[in-house]
Formats: sequence, C-alpha cells, structure tokens
Amino acid sequence: MARQVYLDYAATTFTDPRVVEAMNPYFTRSFGNPSSIYSFSEENRRAIAEARKQVASVLGSAPEEIYFTGSGTEADNWALQGIASKNRSKGNHIITTKIEHHAILHTGQFLQKNGYDVTFLDVDAEGRVSLETLKKAVTDKTILVSVMFANNEIGTIEPIAEIGAFCRERGIYFHTDAVQATAHVPIDVKAMNIDLLSLSAHKFYGPKGVGALYIKKGVKIDNFMHGGAQERGRRASTENVAGIVGLGAAIELASSRMASASERISRLRDMLIDGVMKAVPHAKLNGAPSGERLPNNANFSFIGIEGETLLLDLDRAGIYGSTGSACSSGSLDPSHVLMAIGLSHELAHGSLRLTLGEETTEEDIQYVLSVLPGIVKERREMSPLWEDYLKSFDKGR
Amino acid sequence: MYSEKVLDHFQNPRNVGEIENPDGVGQAGNPKCGDIMKIYLRVEDDVIRDIKFKTFGCASAIASSSMATELVKGKTVEEAWNLTNRAVAEALDGLPPVKMHCSVLAEEAIHAAINDYRRKKGLPVEKEESHDELVEHHLHGDEEEK
Repeated sequence: MARQVYLDYAATTFTDPRVVEAMNPYFTRSFGNPSSIYSFSEENRRAIAEARKQVASVLGSAPEEIYFTGSGTEADNWALQGIASKNRSKGNHIITTKIEHHAILHTGQFLQKNGYDVTFLDVDAEGRVSLETLKKAVTDKTILVSVMFANNEIGTIEPIAEIGAFCRERGIYFHTDAVQATAHVPIDVKAMNIDLLSLSAHKFYGPKGVGALYIKKGVKIDNFMHGGAQERGRRASTENVAGIVGLGAAIELASSRMASASERISRLRDMLIDGVMKAVPHAKLNGAPSGERLPNNANFSFIGIEGETLLLDLDRAGIYGSTGSACSSGSLDPSHVLMAIGLSHELAHGSLRLTLGEETTEEDIQYVLSVLPGIVKERREMSPLWEDYLKSFDKGR
Repeated sequence: MYSEKVLDHFQNPRNVGEIENPDGVGQAGNPKCGDIMKIYLRVEDDVIRDIKFKTFGCASAIASSSMATELVKGKTVEEAWNLTNRAVAEALDGLPPVKMHCSVLAEEAIHAAINDYRRKKGLPVEKEESHDELVEHHLHGDEEEK
C-alpha cells in the first residue's frame, strides 16, 4: 500500500487502543443505567466517578467541578448561554474574540440576536489577544469573558493566566475553550483563575461524542440540557458511560506523556516548518513562533494556489491535511481566523494546516518535504495569480 | 464529492499555459472568492485554432477551465460564445451545487477573451454579463424551472 501520512490531528485523533479497551466493558457487560438504584449499575456509577477524578486531576480542579457533555461544542454552548441567561440581571455584555471556534462565535452571534451585547476582540498578526484590548472592552455590564486557550487553526496560545487574573480581580466570569489545548499543554484552572473550561475527548486520543465543562464551584450558571437529574442535576441525559470512561482514560494517558510527547512532536513540527520555509519560495508561516503555539501545529500560506487544490494533490500522495480556504468549507469566505490575523484573501485561500500527533514519524515529515514543494511549484505554474504576484514582487525590489 | 471526469481534468488539465501574442485574452473571477481564470485565444478564419488557460482556484475551477477549453477548441467564435456553463458542467458529469459558480467562471472568461479578440479586430462586441448576472441567470434560473 502507498504511504499514508495523517497530519490532521487537530481535526480529530484516533482513539488509543488502551482507551478502547477501557471502554469495552461498558457496552456489553456493564450496561446498566447509572440512574438505576440497583447494584448492577453500581459499577457504572463508580466508573463515571473515576473518570471525573481523572479529568479533575489533570485540570487541577475538584472532581465535583467537572460535568460531562456530549461534545466540546455543547460545553461551549452551555458556558455562554448558561452564564448569559443566569446573570442577565447583572449585565448583558459578553466579550470574546474574532478567532474563536464556530461553537463560540455562532453562540455569541445567537446571543446578540437575543438582546446581548457581544464584543469580538481583534487579535494581532500572530493571533494573540492583548490584555490591553480586553481591558478597554470591559464595561460595568460585562458578565463574561471567553477566550480560547489555543487556536485550532494557527495554534497560537493565548495569555490565559493574565486574562484570568484580570477577570478575577474585576469579578467577571472567565471561560476558555480549551478543546485544542487540553492534555497537550499544561493547564491549571486554579493558578490561571479559570471559571469555566471546555474540553473534548477526541482531540486527545479519546472517543468522539464526549466532552466536559469545568465549572468552578459557586459560578452561577443556568442548565443547558433540561430533563433528568444526571450530573447532579446540572446536565440532563443518560450518561454516555463508555464515552465518559474513555475520556477519563484518554486524558490520564495523554497527560502522563505530555512532556515527552510535546518535546518529540514539536521537534518534528519545527523540522516540517524549517523544511517547508526553505523548500517553498514565498511561503508564509501563519501563527506565533514555535514556543508560543501548540506543539503539533503548523499553518502555512502559499501565495498563488488555492487550498482545496493543494489538499487534493496531497491526498493523491497519501498526505491528509486541512485548509482555511473557502472552497473546502462550502462557503465563499475563507477562514475567519486567517482574515482576523490580517491575511489577504489570496493568502487565506492558499493556506495549509498540518497538525502532527502520536504516530507521526520523522520519515513522515521527510516524505511531506519530498512531495509538497513539487506540488506547490506545479500548481503555481498554472496560476495567473502567481504570475501577477511575481511581477509585482520583482517590481517592488 | 467529485466525478471521475472532474478529478481527471483536475489532475491532468488540458490546454494549460499561455499563448504568445494571442488574438484574445480574457480573465474572470477575483481573489476574494478564490477563483481567477485567464483564457488565451489563437483565432484563424473565425475559428479557435488554439486555446490555453491559467487558473487559480479549487479543483472544480481547474477542471471547468480544462473542459471548457476542450469544448471550444476548433469551434467558430460564435459557437464558442454560445458555450454555456451548464454544458461545461454536464461534460464533467456534474459539479457539486456549491461549485457550479466555477463553471460560470469558465463561460465568463471565454466571453471576455472573445470580446477582446473582437475589439482587436474592430468587430462589434457583445454584452458580457457580470458573474452575478450569470449566476443569477444560469443557476438560480434553473432552480426556478424545477
């Protein structure tokens, strides 16, 4: 079989076989509904409690501050809508950023339509939110600040501890969407003054369809899922026992190897970045420098070519990546993140995100470096935009 | 997502390149929507003897350019003018609905190149519909017919 190189770990990871093994008993053998009081369900209740402890120990919270959800998206929706409605009497202003995941962005827009005032903060050219910009946006009506821990497209890590300290001092709730960051970079909700945090299992080798929201004790928030009394009355729905067990096992596993994995993966990532920047003329790296971005994230723009074209050519070579180009999304607008960091439409359409993971090897990176520059060259040769770019570039010199 | 024909024309595009001192050149699209198509014509005795293209865009934009050039090569200028985006899409065994505008772009670029040729020859120029008009005309018009 031809070589296959999966470089889209930020989209989703495989489920670690050890995680699958931990989950297995809860499908066929220990299948009882945790809400049933008989002893048959006791094992399930114990397993959920264990998973809650596993998550809490990674985030530095108490177990009872962890609430399992159906996804990272649900956790984001809950955090924003639950805080907004519960604290309406205190104010109607929410601050977030222009580079959030759609789960936050579209929830923010939904709240705007329902009478809330939502500020979407600008970021700098590397995708960073500044504390100064945030301070200027705060009013006496501000009830919530939501800033993602690390960006899913360009990998930039935000100044979470600084923002947390400021929000705590001002008495404003602080939520962070840590879907890309959890179990990839160190998080401590106490030290960072985080009030709410969203995470998702399938970004750290856990199963799809399960996430969690950390809610600091005492935070006033409405429920999002209404129904039964699961999750101590905070989140209705029969527990996804196997999924929750998988999330717990995955977060523990990923956190235990975080330091060594991050060192190995960031070394490979830097090799990829250096190689691409050397081999592809006029390539641009999007996002922050190595130390200030997720260890597994590389995001490039190649002027003159369109992202979907690049993805399909890479696909033929067995390489799987993603792009912020409009054509891949079904809309006509390129990625809001790439536009927010000030890229031109041309550069945003020509972006390529490669995200590394557990099974990425040095040979994989060498293979990408042997294939990618040729593809870019070939597609540029048939691009009128590249021709125009070269002419204006030569003129500019 | 794509038909085999689209993938074939995307992977092995026909008539890529430029023509030196062309009889007509036309361009359509803009970087904002992520597609730019440029068409070069060589016309002899009112027949398109040679046609080349350069395209910045997604797979369906490249495949549409390639197919459109094949369809008009050897045809009279009049016949080429009457090539519709639908004919291009059909020849490719269809395009996904969100990509139909790529085939419109091919029609638009060919019109622009033919009018350029006519202008150079001192021939009367026909009205070119804008991209939005063409999209409205061909795509949304079709929807209403259904």
